[in-house]
Amino acid sequence: MKKRGLFFRKTTNLAVTAASILTVGFALLFMGWILYTVFDNGFRSFSWAFFTEPTKPYGIPDGGVANAVLGTIFITLGAVVIGVPPGLLGGIYLAEFAKGNKLGNVIRFSANVMMGIPSIIVGLFVYALMVYTTKTFSGLAGSVALSIIMFPVVLRTTEDMLLMVPDALRESALALGAPRWKATMNIICRAAKTGLTTGVLLAVARVSGETAPLLFTALCSDSWPFGYFTQPTSNLTITITEYATNSPFPEMHTRAWGAALIITAAILILNISCRFLFKDSRHGK
Amino acid sequence: MENSKKQLISPDAADQLFKITTAVCALLAAVVMLGFFIQLFWSSIPAIKTFGLDFLTSSEWDPVKNLYGAMPAIAGTLVTTAIAVVIAVPLSFIVAMFLVETAPPALSHTLSHAIDLLAAIPSIIYGMWGLFIFVPFMQNQVQPFLANTLHLKVIPLFAGEYNGFGFLTSGIILAVMILPFICAVMRDVFRMVPPVLKESAFGAGATSWEVTLDITMRYGARGLLGAIFLGLGRAVGETMAVLFVIGNVQKMPTSLYQAGTTISATLANNFAEAQGVFRSALFELGLILLVISFLIQVLAQFWLNRVSRQMGEK
Repeated sequence: MKKRGLFFRKTTNLAVTAASILTVGFALLFMGWILYTVFDNGFRSFSWAFFTEPTKPYGIPDGGVANAVLGTIFITLGAVVIGVPPGLLGGIYLAEFAKGNKLGNVIRFSANVMMGIPSIIVGLFVYALMVYTTKTFSGLAGSVALSIIMFPVVLRTTEDMLLMVPDALRESALALGAPRWKATMNIICRAAKTGLTTGVLLAVARVSGETAPLLFTALCSDSWPFGYFTQPTSNLTITITEYATNSPFPEMHTRAWGAALIITAAILILNISCRFLFKDSRHGK
Repeated sequence: MENSKKQLISPDAADQLFKITTAVCALLAAVVMLGFFIQLFWSSIPAIKTFGLDFLTSSEWDPVKNLYGAMPAIAGTLVTTAIAVVIAVPLSFIVAMFLVETAPPALSHTLSHAIDLLAAIPSIIYGMWGLFIFVPFMQNQVQPFLANTLHLKVIPLFAGEYNGFGFLTSGIILAVMILPFICAVMRDVFRMVPPVLKESAFGAGATSWEVTLDITMRYGARGLLGAIFLGLGRAVGETMAVLFVIGNVQKMPTSLYQAGTTISATLANNFAEAQGVFRSALFELGLILLVISFLIQVLAQFWLNRVSRQMGEK
């Protein structure tokens, strides 16, 4: 190491500390700016009609986003139904049967890589798989796309949560003569219940704000989302995109902000409650 | 119930069945990953046949003559990602350092949560905020300041007309987006450094910046690289945050102020009206993006695995 004067070293340290405090302030400022804009503009659009009426065709200034809210709930629930069971079961395999074996490592690696694949690629994939073959955009295709994004997240959190269960619990269940599947499902998964719930909820929070994959699958519509299986299904994020970019009307911009506020608030609430849920369960132990 | 089940299927067989079912579910990860490549390659065959390797280097984009080139989109992706990484990496590094070394535990805890929440905000919110708030801000405040007050317009990079849209704006928004991701991973890497190492350096009289630079950075170098690549992966494929503010013009980037496009923005913008070879060309663009982000993720995983193995052995 080079020899430097004490003054120089202390000044450098002070400068870096000051810079880091400034940067933290800067990051918080941006976060505050974004959230303030969303809340400020969003609240202005809130009204009874906003939450009860469906979106209206292009050019009609009134209307709400009720169908989009319902559609987003349908699509997200569909993704949970399709994506969570295999994610949980696969996580059980990784934690219980594949500790450090080769196949397990290949799967872990693929899941980690899959988590980093851009969501728009998943949209293209499901488009070719479902929309092109059935010749129709549908809410179901949107659910499949979101479930593909959820799956690796659920898989890895399940594994992590199950690995936190002490081995003594596994051994006692097996020593009592329980078959492996029963020990896993009834003892170990029950012990890790809160962790598993948190993992699933965080995965839901992560996909419910996705837009890019829905562009190629669910698309959007102005009707209520009851054609979920066979028709384009309205949803909040695509509605935001449409209203914000394809429309010159300030009323539509305001409603886009309202929709943005709904989705942001829902995701923040999900995230914060997950943190409390998980923290409580760990303190309880 | 129990008895009848036991007669139907022996406990050993039930266990085998259970193991196989879970294994099949887990294997889905690898299968879907492979499926991405096969499906996108399959769908881009017509474009590959028509344009061959020229697709990668051509910057022509003419839907009327049905001629397409990937170069502007690829270049735009690289430029926006580079801006984002150049801004976000040093900032995340010192924020992570602040969280681990400087801040009192209570503050560090709260800030960590705030950063995690920032990472949870959907990208479309960044895009919308960018379009309505940040683009006018760039146009009226930042870009005139950089061009005229600081006289950066003599450099070709900052020359030309500006209207708020373009590479610089997209890069900055991407930087704000990936900062919490990089920061969270870097923070974890910083925390993995054994306290004994740091304490001995402090004991020898090092300042906390020197400890970070000479101990933490050396010790966790691979983890930090992994963190950078994770952020890179996010920036490369981001669609909505970029789509709203990039300007969506198929042009090669010559100045940071210029409007352009990225791979994902091109896909989102053109897919609805694309037919035939055009659509296939878009699938090929998707394939290129998949390959790029796959390589980035593989490198990130490689380095992060190495660092956690190294920590595990200690």
